[in-house]
Amino acid sequence: MRYTIQIVGVGGQGVLLASMVLGNAAMKEGHEVCMSEVHGMAQRGGSVLSTLRMGEDIISPLEALGEADLLMGFEPVETARSLSLGSKETMVVMNLNPMIPALASMGLETYPPVEDIIKAIQARTDNLFTLDATDIAVQAGMAVAANAVMIGAVAGAKGFPLSVDVLEETLLDLVPAKFKDVNRKAFRMGYELLRGR
Amino acid sequence: MHHMTDILEDSGKLLVLGNEAITRGLIEAGVRFASTYPGTPSSEIGGLLEKIAEKVGMYFEYSTNEKVALEAASGAAAAGIRSFAFMKHVGLNVASDPLMTLAYAGVDGGMVIMTADDPSAHSSQNEQDNRYYALLSLLPMLEPSTPSEAKEMVKDAFDLSERLHSPVLFRTTTRINHARGIIEMSSRKDTVQKSDFKKDPRRYVNVPANARLNRLKLLERLAEASRESEESPLNYVTGDSGVGIITSGVSYGYAQEWLDDVSILKLGFTHPLPEKMIARFLQEKEMVIVVEELEPYLEDQVLRIARQNGIDTPIFGKRTGHLPRPYEYSPDVIKGLRSLVPITRDAVPLEKPDIVLPNRPPMLCAGCPHRGTFYAVKKAVGKDDVIYSSDIGCYTLGIQPPYHTADFILCMGGGVGAAGGFSEATDQKVVAFIGDSTFFHTGIPPLINAVFNQHRFTVVIMDNRATAMTGHQPHPGTGRVHGGRQTNPLEIEPIVRACGVSFVETVDPADIKNTTDVMRRAMEHDGVSVVITKHPCPLDLKKKKKLNVSIYTINQEKCIRCYTCVQKFACPAIYRQGDEVFIDPILCIGCGMCTQICPKGAMEEMQ
Repeated sequence: MRYTIQIVGVGGQGVLLASMVLGNAAMKEGHEVCMSEVHGMAQRGGSVLSTLRMGEDIISPLEALGEADLLMGFEPVETARSLSLGSKETMVVMNLNPMIPALASMGLETYPPVEDIIKAIQARTDNLFTLDATDIAVQAGMAVAANAVMIGAVAGAKGFPLSVDVLEETLLDLVPAKFKDVNRKAFRMGYELLRGR
Repeated sequence: MHHMTDILEDSGKLLVLGNEAITRGLIEAGVRFASTYPGTPSSEIGGLLEKIAEKVGMYFEYSTNEKVALEAASGAAAAGIRSFAFMKHVGLNVASDPLMTLAYAGVDGGMVIMTADDPSAHSSQNEQDNRYYALLSLLPMLEPSTPSEAKEMVKDAFDLSERLHSPVLFRTTTRINHARGIIEMSSRKDTVQKSDFKKDPRRYVNVPANARLNRLKLLERLAEASRESEESPLNYVTGDSGVGIITSGVSYGYAQEWLDDVSILKLGFTHPLPEKMIARFLQEKEMVIVVEELEPYLEDQVLRIARQNGIDTPIFGKRTGHLPRPYEYSPDVIKGLRSLVPITRDAVPLEKPDIVLPNRPPMLCAGCPHRGTFYAVKKAVGKDDVIYSSDIGCYTLGIQPPYHTADFILCMGGGVGAAGGFSEATDQKVVAFIGDSTFFHTGIPPLINAVFNQHRFTVVIMDNRATAMTGHQPHPGTGRVHGGRQTNPLEIEPIVRACGVSFVETVDPADIKNTTDVMRRAMEHDGVSVVITKHPCPLDLKKKKKLNVSIYTINQEKCIRCYTCVQKFACPAIYRQGDEVFIDPILCIGCGMCTQICPKGAMEEMQ
């Protein structure tokens, strides 16, 4: 078995925490795990990409274009930017909440309508699943739990190889004690949304 | 890793960063002395040692720069204890002076020097290939391919160092340091914590007569290292095929996983190379491809080995144009070898959406005091033609719009030095930017040079009370509070005065008006002037739980849509959607600087 998750988003959105939760859960289930992320400048509000590969006989920290099994997009533009990480077989789970880059706010560049991004991705694959992870997180109790919503969502997705219980337990182990309840709630709301789809 | 202390257990499995794996390797190797100057991608090792070194009987320090770090570790190694100096690739340039003569002296206790290279320059100013430092210094070099191999190889490097009485280079790349993998922890070696230095001037004092003798000893150690390399289990062959691959480092993983039906000579001991082993491998193959990132370091030596052994097996790689020289490798680069070897994995990537997407370059964080400094400097400068000679740190991001406050950058400490040249070669005004940690690193000699030679420019020392870019490590200006030692912060202003600078003022860049006024006066000063903009990095305060967060919001009734805040101040927490401007409550940390920018006072603190 080999399974690759590519996680894309913006620095500060919790991409790294999500990859740590997924990676530790994979280890608990006895898989080999190889991950890669870019540190440093990318943390300053830049685009972030984290690659997670699990299964047997894997040693490479990077994956080839098109070979992701799952593309987790924490942000619409970032998902569109990295769409080539997946193929038609790839499950694409995308948070619809946009993060407007400073260059767009300055009026030097334009943030496209989110509907246009959705349409463009749908024109290329039948496997796009969208959710308002940030809105759901706010319902659960706080906006920063959006990554817990995303992790819950992929746990429910069809063909996802890790057990939902191990994933939830790993998430709650990695977040600060006072945020456990909000994260549990956010995780389960995400899970119910994509369950079996 | 779940918790910092998990890495102190002597058994069990952990999913860790390559740098954490290397740190665990240091613990298992019984290293007693470690020193560094922070630099991505090596920095997390220091971050971890700062917290745990004392618990494992190791002395650890952040030295003022890489040269000092290497010298300090050399002293410890000469005294006979296991020492480790680590840095990013360009840091080894700074440390290259002691390195070259340390190679002549050799060591008594095991000594390993890690160079963390950065192919693709993810967070660096170049992508230099430090394997050539092994060729230049004649020192042995090991290179791991994965985090778990790195942990084991660190231990091998110390054993090798003690067998050869030579420092050993340990060369990693970003995709090792910042990859994550599973390690299995094992027992620790028992090593001496303190020793007695045995004086041996013929070895340790390289005056010309001694240097000439030590040069011969260095060549003897190199010959012994060659014998070690031939026998080393770190060099091995996998698979059985007429098509051979010679590779090292992270490229091994790509070759192993993506190339079908090949035999791989995987090199972990990459200087000196196992020449006989390589010759045998070449002889057995119909063709060989050398797969390595950056320069043709292995390839050129393999070509030479083939020539010397009269082997005519075709050798492919960069020299034949089959593989690229710039940037890091990836599975997709390896798939480019399709014309030479079969590759079965062939998923078809989705086409990129045909929409123009906005870019998202890294930028100064919300609440960053450098934003106040840049805003004030630009305001003081007005329409004047000014050359901004900048340096390495967060303030390098001044290159981005709307500031454009980085016209020339070379290296650590380079901005102040270059400013002297600009001030003599042009009639333009010159402003040099340098951070607090960079000032202590290599900023003081060029400042003294400017006074000594009567240059005329303004230096802005952006003192955010930390080595911020690499993760808020301490430096002499912050004082040290780790490893059971507490030292007082060294004030920058008296140092600047002692260098002979007559105009020195310290300001808070969050007070934009005052900073602008002081900058105006500094730039009018005839000679070298220094403005210290002192304000702690909010991310550091947040980490230390000392940040009082308040959140601002925009009163839409008062906002006149002039967009000064988004166009000229450009805080990432302030964004424009349609015609309206908003503040993102997750990103805002309440520095309040935007209240000084807004002409209508529309920024209001949320109650």
